[in-house]
Amino acid sequence: MDMEMEEILNLFFEESLEGLDTMESGLLTLEDGADRETINTIFRAAHSIKGGAGTFGFMEISQFTHSVETLLDEMRNGTRGITPDAIQVLLQSVDVIREMTQSAQAKTPIVMTGANALSGELARILAQKSVPAPATGQAAAPPPPNPSPAPPAAAAKRDPAPTDAAPTGPLEGWRIVFTPDTSLFKTCNDPLRIFEELTNLAPLEVTANIDAMPAFGDLDPTQCHLSWTLLLRGAIEHSRIAEVFDWVDASSKIEYEPIHGTGGSGAPVDRPIAENAKPVAPRPTPAADAHPPVSTAAKSGGEAGSLRVATEKVDALINLVGELVITQSMLGRFAEKYEPSDIEALRRSLAQLTRNTRELQESVMQIRMLPIGFSFNRFPRLVHDLSRKLGKKVELKLSGENTELDKTVLEKIGDPLVHLVRNALDHGLEAPESRVAAGKNETGTLELNAYHEGGSIIIEVKDDGAGLNKDRILAKARERGLVDSDAMLTDEAIYNLIFVAGFSTAETVSDVSGRGVGMDVVRRNINDLGGHVQIFSVKGKGSTIRIRLPLTLAILEGQVLRVGKEIYVASLVSIIETVQSTRASLSCVAGRTELFKHRTDYLPIIRLHDLFGIEPDSREISDGLLVVLEADGRRVAMLVDELLAQQQVVIKSLETNFKQVPGLAGATIHGDGTVALILDVPGLIRTFLERQGMNMGRAA
Amino acid sequence: MSNSDGNTGNLVQSPPPGGAKAQGASHQYLSFFLGGEEYATDILTVQEIKGWDTVTRVPYSPDYVLGVINLRGAIVPVVDLRVRFALEKAEFDAATVIIVVHVAGTRGNRIVGIVVDAVSDVYSVGADKIQPPPDVIGAVDHLFVVGLASLDDKLVMILDIERLILSSVLGEAQAAA
Repeated sequence: MDMEMEEILNLFFEESLEGLDTMESGLLTLEDGADRETINTIFRAAHSIKGGAGTFGFMEISQFTHSVETLLDEMRNGTRGITPDAIQVLLQSVDVIREMTQSAQAKTPIVMTGANALSGELARILAQKSVPAPATGQAAAPPPPNPSPAPPAAAAKRDPAPTDAAPTGPLEGWRIVFTPDTSLFKTCNDPLRIFEELTNLAPLEVTANIDAMPAFGDLDPTQCHLSWTLLLRGAIEHSRIAEVFDWVDASSKIEYEPIHGTGGSGAPVDRPIAENAKPVAPRPTPAADAHPPVSTAAKSGGEAGSLRVATEKVDALINLVGELVITQSMLGRFAEKYEPSDIEALRRSLAQLTRNTRELQESVMQIRMLPIGFSFNRFPRLVHDLSRKLGKKVELKLSGENTELDKTVLEKIGDPLVHLVRNALDHGLEAPESRVAAGKNETGTLELNAYHEGGSIIIEVKDDGAGLNKDRILAKARERGLVDSDAMLTDEAIYNLIFVAGFSTAETVSDVSGRGVGMDVVRRNINDLGGHVQIFSVKGKGSTIRIRLPLTLAILEGQVLRVGKEIYVASLVSIIETVQSTRASLSCVAGRTELFKHRTDYLPIIRLHDLFGIEPDSREISDGLLVVLEADGRRVAMLVDELLAQQQVVIKSLETNFKQVPGLAGATIHGDGTVALILDVPGLIRTFLERQGMNMGRAA
Repeated sequence: MSNSDGNTGNLVQSPPPGGAKAQGASHQYLSFFLGGEEYATDILTVQEIKGWDTVTRVPYSPDYVLGVINLRGAIVPVVDLRVRFALEKAEFDAATVIIVVHVAGTRGNRIVGIVVDAVSDVYSVGADKIQPPPDVIGAVDHLFVVGLASLDDKLVMILDIERLILSSVLGEAQAAA
């Protein structure tokens, strides 16, 4: 029962949070013009949340959402215009409901400050209207055309106004909030007896509320500091329940609230009865108490992330497994009886097995894939709020929302993206006046774009703002001693300076539209995901931040390398190119640091064989290949003997049974069952630099 | 280092003879050969025994860590006990086996393979049959020898594999042992 309840509860939270997202995106589109269907959608979402919250005893959420719903209902009926003011308040309400839902989910008491502040605001807006009275307007409203698909159960209503006229399901039970007076024990009443009595009527769930419990030292054991929430599951007449409470009636606060079966949001058959009339509204029972976390297992279960998978993905998987079984039985035949003439059939079956396996692998990976839209969704709101705050006009363009990427990557890319978008709005785009002065459209454009390229996903954050000021960044970097005063840097190297930790405080470059807060963190996060960031910028035209990420963390698009007898795998994403060096392109600094002239840059050469203690084919650089690697904005050339295949490899941890090894990101298993090690390019470069004992922070 | 003679004395002794010494519960040990000497480890630490496999060298590892192998999809380090105990290096041949043991490290259970010359036998040894190790024990660091078991006419050194692995391979504190 408790497990089930917990599951249903989780479903409610999930659906509510989704509903809030729907409301939010709906409200944002309302700004551009009202459309009846959109308002209906928003209204339905609010309605479901209210109903669900009521059923599960989250009265704070239910009541607050109710006033939001009232406002929405009037908009829906056309009795109220849709004003930016109202939309703003509704958006804030969405935030408040989300917060309340989240704290209910986390089983922490619901904080009402936000809700209380907004309630006033909502009331103000509701009052503004010349309609007779908001409540009546609402009462007249017909039931929603499409009653929300499935509120987990009917709403149990306890709102002061019995206005929501909607069909009611049969009475299924009662929720009773029993708050006895502290003198309960002195009057010789035993709550246990009352509960036992109730159990005789119907199955009972009791939750104690220990909020009022004083500290142990102050505890007077003769006083009752407890209150209880009782869930009585049965169609019991109210009078019979009241009878049980007869003795404590006068001194205690008892609230009854009927629970109805499904059938839309239900106005109670019996009016909810509040004995001692004070509705306990603002803080009756904290959410946690409404549904006791009786089973600890279920509690911790909430943290183990779940995945919603589209049915067709699962269906595809089942089909593939079916095919695999068929292939397996085809192959099994050969084990029983094998004629040399069967070789052709055997080969065919094996080819089929190969295909099945590959498809199966792809489909399983697909299950973890989610569209990046989940991450992009928050940006319309963010941009809306931020542009208002900054007094800038911004048009946000999203594209490629359906591009899919691994759930883990998706979750981790959210924060860096928010950062980049904020930066673009704050420092990138200019104020309307300056834009006009610069001959640009008053409204700035911010584009978020995602697409697949090779085995990676590319996410671009592009603005048409002022662009990065190279000279200013360079001057600042020189001033801070990050760059030698006579160093010649490429544009890219200069832009990369904004990723240097500490360089990025707002006052350094923000006044000249440089980017900056915490860009080092952004880059680190992206590097941790095995991706990398590039900046393109044209002064006066805008900047583009380009993030390249692997599609998944479990599989790496790898380049297999050979050094001597050993095989290593490097992530393709970190490889810029591979070149055969000529003597002319090599030089040596201070007799020990070897440099390779790659186009206009001089790159330090990492001899992998020296670093890892391998006996190579040849120590001569021109005999081998130089793989140009990039990580953390630094480039190096790594000497290897040979490049082998490019292939997807499954990443296995070295740490599970062994330990972390500098320069290695993990291991993978080859087709023949042997292990190959995966290079950790950023770590490799760090290890190399440490060994060289030289500080070449930015020799790009 | 054949295991030809090691097996003759089939010493799987059920309860120690003579009830008087019954205070020591009998424990099972897996014994193996290393440079002609017989060692044993608590059988409960042993997960499986597998044949020699191609080992991939891992840079920056101590010399007695041969590298890692693929154990049904898990990456497992392999330790050469001969190198660890500074014994003469041996060629790996058909009899060479990897004993896969699991040890409880500070970061959870670890699986480690140890290379030995050959696996010998499983003995049931009562606690009363195990003597504390003398201070000097040949090649093996006496820290890792928990006792000597005299079985028939021979001595078997009982190793604390867990401590050995934790301290030397994984570089974790010995406190774990």
